[in-house]
Amino acid sequence: MEHALTSPDAAASRAPGTPASPPASDVVVIGGGAIGLASAWKASRAGMSVALVDPAPGRGASWMAAGMLAPVTEAHYGEEALLALGLAAAGQWPPFAAELEEATGMDVGYLRCGTLLAAFDEDDREAAHELYELQRSLALDVDWLVGSKARELEGNLAPGVRAALWARHDHQVRTRALVAALEAACHHEGTRFVTDKAVELLTSAGSVSGVRLASGGELAATRVVIAAGCWSGGIAGVPEGALPPLRPVKGQIIRLAPPPTSGASPQGVTWRLIGRTVRGIVMGAPIYLVPRSDGSVLLGATSEELGFDTSVTAGGLHDLLRRAHRLVPGVSEMVLVDASAGLRPATPDNAPVLAAYGVGSGVDGLIVATGHYRNGILLTPISAVAVAAWLTGSEPPAAILPFGAERFGVGAH
Amino acid sequence: MLGSRLILGTGGVSSLKVLDEILKASGASVATVALRRVDPAARGSLLDVLLANGVEVLPNTAGCFTAAEAVLTASLAREAFGTDWVKLEVIGDEDNLLPDPVELLRAAEELCEDGFQVLPYTTDDPVLARRLVQAGCAAVMPLGAPIGSGLGIRNPHAISMVVEAVDVPVVLDAGIGTASDAALAMELGCAAVLAASAITRAKEPASMARAVRLGVQAGRSAHLAGRIPRRLYARASSPTGGMADLG
Repeated sequence: MEHALTSPDAAASRAPGTPASPPASDVVVIGGGAIGLASAWKASRAGMSVALVDPAPGRGASWMAAGMLAPVTEAHYGEEALLALGLAAAGQWPPFAAELEEATGMDVGYLRCGTLLAAFDEDDREAAHELYELQRSLALDVDWLVGSKARELEGNLAPGVRAALWARHDHQVRTRALVAALEAACHHEGTRFVTDKAVELLTSAGSVSGVRLASGGELAATRVVIAAGCWSGGIAGVPEGALPPLRPVKGQIIRLAPPPTSGASPQGVTWRLIGRTVRGIVMGAPIYLVPRSDGSVLLGATSEELGFDTSVTAGGLHDLLRRAHRLVPGVSEMVLVDASAGLRPATPDNAPVLAAYGVGSGVDGLIVATGHYRNGILLTPISAVAVAAWLTGSEPPAAILPFGAERFGVGAH
Repeated sequence: MLGSRLILGTGGVSSLKVLDEILKASGASVATVALRRVDPAARGSLLDVLLANGVEVLPNTAGCFTAAEAVLTASLAREAFGTDWVKLEVIGDEDNLLPDPVELLRAAEELCEDGFQVLPYTTDDPVLARRLVQAGCAAVMPLGAPIGSGLGIRNPHAISMVVEAVDVPVVLDAGIGTASDAALAMELGCAAVLAASAITRAKEPASMARAVRLGVQAGRSAHLAGRIPRRLYARASSPTGGMADLG
């Protein structure tokens, strides 16, 4: 039986002077990023009572992410299982976005724009071609374009661009709109937001019993979902082996807006730098430019192993701007709106941990969905579907099966 | 300091799991890490993987363009890593990443004076190498070719002259593209080889780590064994003269 805090029943059953203890939930979700929010939404929608704990929901890595849904151009040698997961996740995006938009009436900016990966010089062309060969060997739908063909698609590419890969199925979503829609959807389904930090997983007789909060309170629940990104490792009481080492990998990102004069065209000429996501390899270094429908562009991102530091540095911005300017010179006309840094949660093998623990594990009822590194937004729908499946006792998608914690060989169940 | 004659660079490694595999396959006992790119205090980091494999960390000053920056970075590295050893890099051009010899020598002088064990990344110029040793450097690390280029040793003769010019270990740094490049460096008399991109960016990094390790071993053995002189004309390996008189 669930009670709202303010219900007369709850107040009446409380001895005078005892502090209000929050009602037990079916599920506590730790972490209000895209994956925590989507998991909470799905669980609430399935009829469970859900409490979501986060000191600042939606303001971690999800808030900073560019929102590329790009499994094809993210393909790497030796990461074929992750590619399969990414492709499965990309396939879930259209229904997920539609469902979310229908539930909230909010536009999440899911855009089937495709992704062009441009090679700046001859060495970059070699590197891109190696990626192309890998993609072809994996039967991915991707085209190789010579420089002039690439510039037919994106006229603002530097004339010297040698070649490009065209991945027509790598799309994008507007991450901040996504986060806002997920929050709204959660509220609509009755998810309770607890603005606090979960510091400890509580267990009783081999099963999870809730979480302890930084403020000292406790939230009772028989299921706990850890989706706290790079902060997941700071939660006490999680047995060794249930979570691999997670480390933050800092990414700096720049937000650019169209030039101020662009709106004043009497002929209504639309100013647009690029129409598709443009990734590049520029003298061996990666860069991406993600266009939004309002003409703004996200430019990212650095990759720095500097712990929990989130400072924005001159060198980081210089690197990004220099590469972007070499690839798309017109970028220099844009207005720099802001620059910020987020922390990607990385596991030792760059792939997420998606796991549920049952009887005999010591933490029966614990679900882990974190460590999504560069692919958190892409993997949001499939991760939430997996979490919801575990919570409702149904089968999770097969593509997530290789991503348990036991692959790190530290004694997980 | 060296248990193995292969030093690993960690740049370009795709994941910590791959790094772990590379370390095991390479047998390297030293790996160099860019101080500006890692936080020594961070947990679950690249450094943890190095330490778990018993690998010594050689901090480097990658990303520095002036002697002043390099000296400051090295001083921070000494505090953070608790080691006097530093691989000194002072880059003169951000596209070809070649060393700036003037700034390099200046930084080397200052750091040696300050008690550092300095291993400078230098051009393949024997005169500069000798000047660096005169400044007090513990070893010199000439390039075979630009960083990450995989072009191998473009001027083997210059590397030989560096080996002749100095009485400290010469570590071939930069340019290694594959195992035979490492073997050649060792045949030329280098004491060790540093490989980073050749291994980390290979399609199968662990296999390449093993190959480069074997290349280093082969080259070292060949160097010690002494190669035969190069000859213009053939000299049959089976004797044709002075056959045994069986009569």
